[in-house]
Amino acid sequence: MANLILDDICVRFGGLQALTDVSFSLAEGEVVGLIGPNGAGKTTVFNVITGVYKASSGAATYDGKRITGLRPYQVLAMGIARTFQNIRLFPRMTALENCMVAQHSRSSVGVVGAVLRSPSQRREEARIQEKSQRALDFMGLGDMADEISSNLPYGHQRRLEIARALASEPQTLLLDEPAAGLNPSESRELMEAIGHITDLGINVLMVEHDMKVVMGICNRIVVLDHGVMIAEGRPEQIQRDPKVIEAYLGQ
Amino acid sequence: MTIQESKRLWVSLGVGLFWFLMLLWPLLGIKPGGLEFSETWAVFSKIAVAAVLIVAVYHLRQAGVLDFIGTPLVKASEAVGRGYQKAPTWLLLAVVLAAALIYPQFAGRYGNDVAISVLIYICLGLGLNVVVGLAGLLDLGYIAFYGVGAYAYALLSLHFGLSFWTCLPIAAMLAAISGCIIGFPTLRMRGDYLAIVTLGFGEIVRLILNNWMTLTNGPNGILGIPRPDFFGYNFASLSSLYYVILGIAVFTVLAVYRLNHSRIGRAWEAIREDETAAELMGVNTFLLKLLAYAMGATFAGLAGAFFASRMRFVGPESFTFLESAMVLAMVVLGGMGSIPGVILGVLVLVALPELFRDFELYRMLVFGGVMCTMMLVRPAGLWPAKRVGRRSEEME
Repeated sequence: MANLILDDICVRFGGLQALTDVSFSLAEGEVVGLIGPNGAGKTTVFNVITGVYKASSGAATYDGKRITGLRPYQVLAMGIARTFQNIRLFPRMTALENCMVAQHSRSSVGVVGAVLRSPSQRREEARIQEKSQRALDFMGLGDMADEISSNLPYGHQRRLEIARALASEPQTLLLDEPAAGLNPSESRELMEAIGHITDLGINVLMVEHDMKVVMGICNRIVVLDHGVMIAEGRPEQIQRDPKVIEAYLGQ
Repeated sequence: MTIQESKRLWVSLGVGLFWFLMLLWPLLGIKPGGLEFSETWAVFSKIAVAAVLIVAVYHLRQAGVLDFIGTPLVKASEAVGRGYQKAPTWLLLAVVLAAALIYPQFAGRYGNDVAISVLIYICLGLGLNVVVGLAGLLDLGYIAFYGVGAYAYALLSLHFGLSFWTCLPIAAMLAAISGCIIGFPTLRMRGDYLAIVTLGFGEIVRLILNNWMTLTNGPNGILGIPRPDFFGYNFASLSSLYYVILGIAVFTVLAVYRLNHSRIGRAWEAIREDETAAELMGVNTFLLKLLAYAMGATFAGLAGAFFASRMRFVGPESFTFLESAMVLAMVVLGGMGSIPGVILGVLVLVALPELFRDFELYRMLVFGGVMCTMMLVRPAGLWPAKRVGRRSEEME
């Protein structure tokens, strides 16, 4: 379950080749890091998986089902949730409401049910609220449920993004630079939280610049440079790989 | 208040009065016979004295001189506020509803007439609130759906003899369908572009009503639309019509409130806040934006069908852009996304021009002035929106 496979993904924007033949996989229970210099195409990989961009060629499959070509909300419904490099919460909604939105694809009551407030709608609403609260509790934000999300401090907003993604009950979580802008103690807490997430049976693909975080928790690392995969392997292999060192430091 | 602050206050008052004089003089002073100053001065001096007095009182209050009057007043209003918060919501609602139910017994013909138009605008405002306030889609052609509802009832009752109660859901449905038709091509647009396209669609509907002679009888309109009746009882009097529209308005309030506090309302708000993030968090933005248009149009269709039966006449000039702008002003003024806010906005914008009838000439000047002041003082609306639970700190 939760097997994400990218097969020869290419993305072109006009004349710009953003990704060239990117192929890697994310198996159950794994934490895979996606690293590379700025502009290497890491976020583009996320956008292709979640359906924001269309792949020019190649395919991504999830548990054997093709996900390239699906709309973003369909990808989320399949069990892949993501966070954003620049925080993209719903700023004027409370922390709890932010998480409740993520339950949209796991609930089904329509207009008539909502207007009549049928018993099944009440049950569903209670369930949505309970699951969202649980996601907040999991990320240590349980007592900030009623806080407007834009009023939360930066580090809490980062965690709320993860809580919102978790509230959609995913099997795979894509984290886009979760430690960006966090101080050392906050990123330690974040690493612990990601550890707890994998304990839930969720596998994680993360883009991250903080090498301490990447080397600390990733089972495997994929390195991109100019849209091309230049290395893949265990953290200690990657640290010694001459091609990776060259990409980061230049010749 | 420091000396600097008070200096700034008086200087800005001076600038404001000078600006007002520059605005006033060309209006009153330029006559065919030449330039005149006396009339301008007569008006200006009165307003200037009033403004200086208001600022002086404000100044004294800031300085604490008026505390002996102010403090008891603040205490009293706080006590009232506490009582208001303690009272359960259903009690407040029941009081409001009871007042609305007995209102026609005390109001005359004129009072009922104003109340009916307030209730019609409440339906329209709350419907537009779904589109603009919740889903964040600016719609400048909203009144077109009101027109669709009105003409639907007018034509169906005259040509097919259908009763008001059968036509009501049909009119709502036709309005919802036209909402989808208008919504569909505009869904890829955002912000300003969307506003322009909806403006165009609103005009298209009005022009069709105006020119399709064989169906709508063109600019002459349709006459002799029957009043609603119910098992032989005819709603001929104004006070009985008041109860019909009160029922529709209560239904609208209830439906919008419940939609707002459901997964659909949350998805709409998420689209308003960040459409891309909403789509990535599992919201089918395409479908839900279409649904927002359809639901908004539904309530306008209900109000339109009632409007046709109340006037017994429909004509294309009731559905101009000015009406769309008016409804939008009610929503923005009251507070986007807030049900009590929209109701308050409707009351203010329908009742104010009525109250100021004594001012005759200056009625619309006062109306515009009040709108400007309110938007400056309360940009989030008279009664800004609040949702689930308490919110520990409101945004600026």
